Formats: sequence, structure tokens, C-alpha cells
Amino acid sequence: MGSKALDELLKQPSEWLRGAGPVSDIVISSRVRLARNLEKYPFTARASKASQSEVLRLAKESLGQSATLKRSLIFEIKDLDEIDRQFLVERHLVSREQIVHAEHKAVAIGQGEVISVMINEEDHLRLQVMQSGLNLQDAWSLIDTLDDELSETLPYAYSSDWGYLTSCPTNTGTGLRASVMAHLPSLVLTKQINKVLHTITRLGLTARGLYGEGTEASGNFFQISNQVALGRSEEELIENIERILKEVIHQEQTGRESLMANNRVQLEDRIWRAFGLLRHAKTVSSSEALDLLSAVRLGVDLGLMNGLDRKIVNEMFIFSQPAHLQKLEGKALSAKERDTKRAQLIRSRLGGQS
Amino acid sequence: MVCELCKQAQATVHLTEIVNEEMTELHLCEACANQKGAQVESHFGLADMLSGLADFGKVHEQEEPATKACAACGMTYDDFRKVGRLGCAECYHTFKRSLGGLLKRIHGSPLHLGKSPIRLARTPKSKAELADLRRKLERAIENEAFEEAARLRDQIRVMEQQEQQAKPRGR
Repeated sequence: MGSKALDELLKQPSEWLRGAGPVSDIVISSRVRLARNLEKYPFTARASKASQSEVLRLAKESLGQSATLKRSLIFEIKDLDEIDRQFLVERHLVSREQIVHAEHKAVAIGQGEVISVMINEEDHLRLQVMQSGLNLQDAWSLIDTLDDELSETLPYAYSSDWGYLTSCPTNTGTGLRASVMAHLPSLVLTKQINKVLHTITRLGLTARGLYGEGTEASGNFFQISNQVALGRSEEELIENIERILKEVIHQEQTGRESLMANNRVQLEDRIWRAFGLLRHAKTVSSSEALDLLSAVRLGVDLGLMNGLDRKIVNEMFIFSQPAHLQKLEGKALSAKERDTKRAQLIRSRLGGQS
Repeated sequence: MVCELCKQAQATVHLTEIVNEEMTELHLCEACANQKGAQVESHFGLADMLSGLADFGKVHEQEEPATKACAACGMTYDDFRKVGRLGCAECYHTFKRSLGGLLKRIHGSPLHLGKSPIRLARTPKSKAELADLRRKLERAIENEAFEEAARLRDQIRVMEQQEQQAKPRGR
């Protein structure tokens, strides 16, 4: 089943799951993406099959010459089965849109999943760099280099007034979206979260769920990103989001301290109950797992779970997703079978009975 | 304050106009401002940028005809309004008028200040310098420093003209 090269990815957890980097007790990962199109070819949604195929050819050729993408893997989506496609979505390497109409679409994956380049998504190219922890600066400097390399060989659609021309006018300009995946359980518990999210939307940022646009926030994870792409330099956009994020992080830290000072017993009770459930349950749904793992992760971050590594908790978030479970099992599983497999995987990771 | 045109209604629209370093002010009521809209824009170099500030946006914002179509990809303005996505890079040129206002509403500014492709960055024209001037112009408008804004605008024009001559296909 599935692609051999893709199976290799399964063995190595993504770089951004390391659970390291600045403020990694609150920020899981930082991501920067750039939207780019080629001059003279209609944007993907309006392009003929022949034009899409030509864009794919040009993009692959240019990616092949990039030093930054040396030894990267390129997959054409049409060559992948449904589980493999879903697997890439779960790893945040492609968007959900990218796997729907698969023809002439591809993704290049480089530097241990730090870099991914989607071809023929809404824009001809969507470059992405992901780092663990709060680290937008490094992500920006890497993607800037990659973008410069590609712009040597690809004629980008660009206007001196409006910058990079993109399919959606919300991306016009820098084509940049910087986003940070933050775990904010104490703001949710203390019911501060709506106030915080409301404030950040007024400062030009937006908050979404775990898998981006249109997804619900679950497991207390929030993806916070810039809304504006034009009229400011890339550095300014990134500084702005980092500055506001630091404030959100500070609020979450204060919330955690206050919970520990005033409601420690209730907090520990919640965390240890979640741990107990995960360690012993025989079947766990994907949303239940997310909520329980969020509580356990908070326990780790507060230093309450001696010996449990944050990296293990992070990996469980990803490995308990449907396509990951099915790839681990080596075959398609029904929803019911997945719940059993998920519970088994988590039990064994937490040192419970297998 | 009474409208300077009809001399009857309350003036609610206040315009600052700078031509050849001379600054004049115009105080109009909503109705007269609407009527004057097109005329004002025609000799108003900064009208686009000042529109937000002067609360004049509604008055002169241009809508493209629904059937206007992009010569390169065939997308009509009506199509664009339905799907919210442009068809190709050329659409930006085709629907330039409406997009200027739209981009400003989405992003708060209609001017790119970020990086440019390596190929273009290497051309002799100093992009960074131009971007810097545009940024200063925006700041000047934000701070209502109109004399400074006019000076910067003229400087940008000169540079843009030089750029046009150096690279005839620039938009």
C-alpha cells in the first residue's frame, strides 16, 4: 500500500514536532508561506489542463535546480492513494484543497519536512517553511532564500505597485502568511480566550483551528496568522505578529500561574484523569484524544508529569490522526477500528498495558 | 460650517488639495461632494490615497462594468465578484480601477513595500529607494503632513517616470 518514499516520512517525525525552540511550552510551531504565480499562465482555477501541466513542468525544473531543496522529495498527488494524501495533510505538508482535484498537482518536501512547496494549488506555487517553537524569523530567512533561488529561473507575476499577484486579493502584495500554532489551555479554562482572540483580530491578525482555514479550534490549539499582506514589508508583518504573540503568550503564562496558585488540585485532577484515561482506555475517538492529550501536554509543560517527554506527547497528536494510524497498521481501517488502534498506540506510548 | 458650493447644507466632507505646492481646502456637504466626485478626482493627484482620510471613499470609488472582461483569461468583473478570485495576472491590469480600492480596504494600504523578484531587483532602478519614499508618503498622510506628502509625491513621480523610460513594460 502507498508510496515507498512516503513511508520513509512515517519513520521520522517532522522537524517541527521536536517540541524544542523558543517558548515551546506554548508554541508548537511557526510557519511562513509565500504565494507565487508565473507570468503569462492563468491562475490554477482558470487554467486549462495543458497550462497546468506546463506550470507543473516549469516548477519541477526550477525546484530541481534549487540548492535549498537539494535531496528533496517530489510527489505528484495523482500518484498517491487516499490515505497517503490524507497523511500529507495531517503533517501540514499540503492543504486540504491540494488533494481534492489531484491532476497536475504536486508537492516538494525538503530538509526533513521543514520546507514544502505545493504546485498548482490556488496559486501556482505555495512555498512553506515550518519550524518548531516560536521561530518566525528563521522560517522567514529560509523561505526568503528559497524564494530568491526560484525567482532566478521562474518569471513571477509581479507589479511594482501591488507586489506579487495572487489568485485571491487577500494575498496580493507580499503573498506572505506567517502563522503560529499555539496551545492556550489556560486561556480557555479561565474563559479569557474569546477576549484575547477578539483583540488580536482587531490588530490585523486572525485565529483558526488546527488544520487552517475553516477548521474548528480543538484541543485548545489555535493557529494565529496575519490578515494583511500588502502595504508592509515582510519583516514588518513578521515583527507585528511576533510582538502580539508575545503578549498572548504572556497572558497564557499568567493564566497558568494563576491556575497553579489558586486551583492546583482541580488542575492536577483534570490532568491526571486525562492521563489515566489515555493510559487505560480501549477505544478513543480522534476528538477525545485531542482534548485528553491537550490536558496531558499542559501537565508536561507545568512540570507535573515526571519523565514524560514533550516530544512524545507531540508525536501522539499526529500519530493518532486517521491516516497516520492506517499507515502504521499498513491497511485501511474503519472509524471503529481506528478508535481501537488509536487507544492502543497511546496506551503503549504512555507505558500502559498494550 | 456651511457647504462652499450650495451654501445651504452642513459641510461634512473636507478636502485638502495640493497643486504645485499650493494647499487649498474645500468644505462640502455630502450631496455636493457626491456630485463633484468625478471632477474632484480628475485633478486630484493624491485623491486615491487621501480618500480614506477625507472620508471620501464612497464618492469616487469606481466599479467596473459587470461585463468587462479580461483579454488574457476571459474572466469578467461579474465572475470575479462571484468567486472572489482573479483569473490571471493580467486581470489586475484589467480591473485596476476597482482593485485599487478593494486592496486598500482589505489591507489598509494599496502599495507594495515588500521584496521583489531577483530579476527585477537587479535592474539599475533603486527599488528600495522608491519603496522607502512611498512608505514616507504614507506616514506623511497618516500624520496629515500634507506639504511633506505633496513633496514626496512629486519626488516619486519623477522616479517613476525615469523607471518607465528605463523599462517600458512597467505597470
